[in-house]
Amino acid sequence: MAKVIVVTSGKGGVGKTTTSASIGSGLAASGAKTVVIDFDIGLRNLDLIMGCERRVVFDLINVINKEANLQQALVKDKRIEGLYILPASQTRNKDALNRSGVKAVIEELKDDGFEYIICDSPAGIEQGAMMALYFADEAIVTTNPEVSSVRDSDRITGMLSSKSFRAEQQLDPVKVHLIITRYCPERVKNGEMLSIADINELLGIELLGVIPESESVLNASNSGEPVILNKDSDAGKAYQDTVERLLGVECDFRFIDYKKKGILSRIFGV
Amino acid sequence: MGILSFFTKNKTKVGSAQTAKERLQIIVAHEHPGSTVTPAYLPELQNEIIEVVKKYLTISDRDVKCELTDKVDSNMSVLEVNIAMPKS
Repeated sequence: MAKVIVVTSGKGGVGKTTTSASIGSGLAASGAKTVVIDFDIGLRNLDLIMGCERRVVFDLINVINKEANLQQALVKDKRIEGLYILPASQTRNKDALNRSGVKAVIEELKDDGFEYIICDSPAGIEQGAMMALYFADEAIVTTNPEVSSVRDSDRITGMLSSKSFRAEQQLDPVKVHLIITRYCPERVKNGEMLSIADINELLGIELLGVIPESESVLNASNSGEPVILNKDSDAGKAYQDTVERLLGVECDFRFIDYKKKGILSRIFGV
Repeated sequence: MGILSFFTKNKTKVGSAQTAKERLQIIVAHEHPGSTVTPAYLPELQNEIIEVVKKYLTISDRDVKCELTDKVDSNMSVLEVNIAMPKS
């Protein structure tokens, strides 16, 4: 049974696309046929983060408007078998999205045997974001440990429980997960940053993953390789754990406690 | 000051994260559709207050606002009644 998962946040710049790229890659690497759809019409970036920007020919809007078929628009990932991306249009605006068009695309992807359909939402709560979340079975709310991001996450969680197809049809509600990104255990310990417990208490969403602040995220986007593929980086490992949890495997949260560097690790850098 | 500082906890040591949390708790409680439980008696209470105030002052119904909020750091709810009075 195919699952539609929206990656959303309300606020911009918190790591939705980074998360979509890594979760999509992780799911595909586990053997599930996965597509990541960029809903950020006019400001597409998923292609850059996934490193396939030069292979984009057609896009989501072309498919919706029947100017191209789905197979023409899907870009196959070169690294991972069974991973595809459906890019956003760069020249149109978000009003080009409509419910029946998005529904048709998702249905066709399901018929094609995709097991996971990841919808990378644009920021905001306008048309693009609402279209990205409308057909979701599950949602990954991406949050930074910071006031505006937490507030917006709460707002978008409200939207998921009132404005989605599942809510409107009174089906089982959208299953909402929380990913905290750019987490700094040291600053949390010093009382300078909201802790996991604080955010949990405020939002009341099941915690799926905590991604530590890491230089490797910028390095990953610079080179167009989802950070999950960097097996040496903490952020990559944390995304891998997150994917495991999404697949139902229990694993401990890592990189959430601050350990003061001892003199040996300072010298040898381990 | 001595007695006061006994009741108010030593807040100087609290980092900014605590402030962020408290501010968010208030705003989220306000905006979250599920978490604000408005008691059913509140509109009626508001009307009765308006009637009482009207006996003594000339105000319109819109000048009175009743709100029930939960204090974050204690087990206390606060009923706030705001009455905007016309300048006489």
